Amino acid sequence: MKDFQQWESFEGRLWKEEVNVRDFIQKNYTEYLGNEDFLEGTTEATDKLWGKVSEYYKEQRAKGGVRNMDTDIVSTITSHKPGYIFDDEAGQALEQVVGLQTDEPLKRAFMPFGGIRMAEQSCETYGYTPSPELHKIFTEYHTTHSDAVFSVYTPEIRAARKAHILTGLPDTYGRGRIVGDYRRVALYGIDFLIEKKQEDLANCGCGVMVDDVIRQREELAMQIKALKEMKAMAASYGYDISAPAKDSKEAIQWLYFGYLAAIKTQNGAAMSVGRVATFLDIYFERDLKAGKITEKEVQELVDHFTMKLRMVKFARIPAYNELFSGDPVWATLEVGGLGQDGRSMVTKTDYRFLHTLENMDPAPEPNLTVLYSKRLPSNFRKYSSYISIKTSSLQYENDDELRPVWGDDYSICCCVSATQTGKEMQFFGARANLAKCLLYAINGGKDELEKGKDGKPMQVAPEFAPITSEYLDYNEVMKKFDVMMDWLIDLYVNCLNLIHYMHDKYYYEAAELALIDTDVRRSFATGIAGFSHVIDSLSAIKYAKVKTIRDENGMVVDFETEGEFPRYGNDDDRADNIGVELLDTFMKKLKKHHTYRDAEPSTSILTITSNVVYGKKTGSLPNGRKAGEPLSPGANPAYGAEQNGLVASLNSVAKIPYTWALDGISNTQTINPSALGNTTEDQVDNLTNVLDGYFAKGAFHVNVNVFGVDKLLDAQEHPEKPEYANFTIRVSGYAVRFIDLTREQQNDVIARTCHDRL
Amino acid sequence: MTKGFIHSTESFGAADGPGVRYIIFFSGCAMRCQYCHNPDTWHMNTGKEMDADELLNQALRYKEYWGPKGGITVSGGEPLLQIDFLTELFAKAKEKGIHTTVDTSGNPYTKSEPWHSKFMELMKVTDLVMLDLKHIDNEKHKGLTGQPNTNILEMAQELSDMGKPMWIRHVLVPERTDYDEDLNKLSEFIKTLKTVERVEVLPYHTLGIHKWETLGIENILENDGIKTPTKDRVENAKKILGAVQ
Repeated sequence: MKDFQQWESFEGRLWKEEVNVRDFIQKNYTEYLGNEDFLEGTTEATDKLWGKVSEYYKEQRAKGGVRNMDTDIVSTITSHKPGYIFDDEAGQALEQVVGLQTDEPLKRAFMPFGGIRMAEQSCETYGYTPSPELHKIFTEYHTTHSDAVFSVYTPEIRAARKAHILTGLPDTYGRGRIVGDYRRVALYGIDFLIEKKQEDLANCGCGVMVDDVIRQREELAMQIKALKEMKAMAASYGYDISAPAKDSKEAIQWLYFGYLAAIKTQNGAAMSVGRVATFLDIYFERDLKAGKITEKEVQELVDHFTMKLRMVKFARIPAYNELFSGDPVWATLEVGGLGQDGRSMVTKTDYRFLHTLENMDPAPEPNLTVLYSKRLPSNFRKYSSYISIKTSSLQYENDDELRPVWGDDYSICCCVSATQTGKEMQFFGARANLAKCLLYAINGGKDELEKGKDGKPMQVAPEFAPITSEYLDYNEVMKKFDVMMDWLIDLYVNCLNLIHYMHDKYYYEAAELALIDTDVRRSFATGIAGFSHVIDSLSAIKYAKVKTIRDENGMVVDFETEGEFPRYGNDDDRADNIGVELLDTFMKKLKKHHTYRDAEPSTSILTITSNVVYGKKTGSLPNGRKAGEPLSPGANPAYGAEQNGLVASLNSVAKIPYTWALDGISNTQTINPSALGNTTEDQVDNLTNVLDGYFAKGAFHVNVNVFGVDKLLDAQEHPEKPEYANFTIRVSGYAVRFIDLTREQQNDVIARTCHDRL
Repeated sequence: MTKGFIHSTESFGAADGPGVRYIIFFSGCAMRCQYCHNPDTWHMNTGKEMDADELLNQALRYKEYWGPKGGITVSGGEPLLQIDFLTELFAKAKEKGIHTTVDTSGNPYTKSEPWHSKFMELMKVTDLVMLDLKHIDNEKHKGLTGQPNTNILEMAQELSDMGKPMWIRHVLVPERTDYDEDLNKLSEFIKTLKTVERVEVLPYHTLGIHKWETLGIENILENDGIKTPTKDRVENAKKILGAVQ
């Protein structure tokens, strides 16, 4: 058993025998039941630093979205000299937590391993010239993930990709969604972690070199190398992280260095921070008790760390920004949750993280997530509601649904998807557009919008017999839809298998996986788009009369729906059951398939902001949605479908069983403050009531926005007003500055149902 | 079983009584308030005919959201115009342990029988009365609503005497209900009531105006160019009336 001096006064022993942060947390944290009165405001240093960072944001906006970019350094853990918020030494001394992705604030790194084309295109978009030398290296001498994937794509996959029935495939950039257990760096120090990985390497396989053993050995070697590089990177900032952190400041700094290594090497669509609040609180409490630190200083550490998370940026291309608007990185960070022993895991530091939104303005990152349960202390539930009402920057996930599946030490690895911290990784990617799939079923596998070389509708799926009748028959449609889904899911799994094979091979996440158990659990996370539209369309076909409208090619291009039909979002089982059955069918089909590295299949109903782009590529639907209009985001009911108010809508979403969509079901709701109550106290109580009720119904997730449409319209017209500089809103699974959205997406947000008072 | 004429329901009411509530809007009202934001509920015997069980089964689908204080609120229209049905609905609600609130103008209130006995029965199963006092001055009340306020003030007095918890609501309309003199008088009256738990000032808003247009009814406030009250005036009224902030 190891016993470091830095662990003095910490309880427990299993975590000293093996790498086991959960055990450390459970044995040492102090549950906090009080209210927010202990919280402190900012220090002078925080104000100065945040003031400076805010200036950088302004500069970035003025320059069209990017402040500066690298063009000739390939980003690795050790590629850059240290970077600070201020240039001068006096300014640098203000930073309690140090470390930037590059050598300059908000300067975006050049990351070609996922795909050189995307890296170069990002530079060119913002007026930078990428290095010709690197171009040569990454096209002639080195294969990137993207090149590898495209070299093995089949014509069928390419067609599906082009027609966007499969969308958002991580084939040109990092897949993301892998959360290193960055707490390990603080608790154990790098040397111990290297020692443990070396042990794993020595015990990897029985000596017979078969491909999985060889691959595992190579991966371990890469992980050990990454750990050594983390040490070197920290040393460049003047810190020796070979040993465990000895106090509060070191703990948060060591942890951040771990995360920094990940964001220096990977530009994944999601780069989560994980569940760190309760862990850090143990260090803070020890120092507070010993009188070594004050509350003001603790808050300063949390503010400075959070400031760093707000500054994470990646170089992206315009197509990516259209898909995921507002420049997000999903630096998701969780607070709250319960332990398996029934104690709440809420500590003072959970409050401190929420309080950063008061100390330093609302902000989209880190993507603050409250792991919610009715059994969390009522003070904390109320404080969260209060912060939501004030900042619209929080999302909530149902800890009572998550805990039974993932235990009490899970992190959110993307916008809303859970992962066991330090024990798991995800093969994530893309969405199957089921709304298009339904249209393919009707049109015999021809795309309703995309044309082939002959100018005729592109044949994407096999030429199954199309529907020829004027009016749609529910049974006939369902039969054809079922077969088309079989085809789509089969293609989808194959596509993801080869993407992740290549990602492991050419863009392996050594830094993150070095902080995850060697014997890693893998999940295979697919996604569904167009959920609510398919439900309502099938409901229309079942309960009303749907007439097809055909073009000169005989393609169904529109529908006329006569009569009323139940819609998802009104707590009407006739419609909601269609959704539940749809998900069941999807998962059953998915589970039939072989997945790469035997990953466990799961799915999600979340679309981020990509619902706008997906909608552009989707034809008219029987539910009345016209071609090109946005799909509704995530599991949200279709626009205008909700006729019975907020909680009826929430009831519908809550019916979708989380255990059938373990990758998450996202729901975004906007409530006008006056609809939430006539006083601030009422508003706080009522939002808490709504969350209690929604999650008691078994729901998984909700984004809470509290503002009126008038504010959105004004912000759209006057983005220059100072009050809108940090006006943050929750979209599907993350938060953005409203003024950073494309106008199209702003319109989409405005058009969505705002639950107003009558 | 009696059936009621229901204009509509709302699953999420967080500003109409304590906690989160299921709101049932009854059809029919005799008042013709110039600022009414639900003129589509004026007509009697319109809307959907529903019985108490139907409504409560609907409401109970949302009970998890209500919190410790929530329940159902019957609004309208004027709920007291369907007093038999309302009493049956609330009696059944109380059997199920649901908190009951009626949001009323008090206009149908009368001491004459058999109505008054029915009212007393209703009060047995009513937890909270939200009483809208639209104007303290009888003449101005008539001008604003087309009805006198004498019986309404009597009702407030009787509720106070019987110990029934009350919330008083006052819609603040510039040039109609927003004169300090009237607000002070109203405040004096409210002070005589022993069971007022809360006073709410509701600033007049124009969100309901499109309904007037759809219904083809002339809207006097719009014709007179009356807008929502300023923040200062709202604060002033709240202060005078001792309303919640």
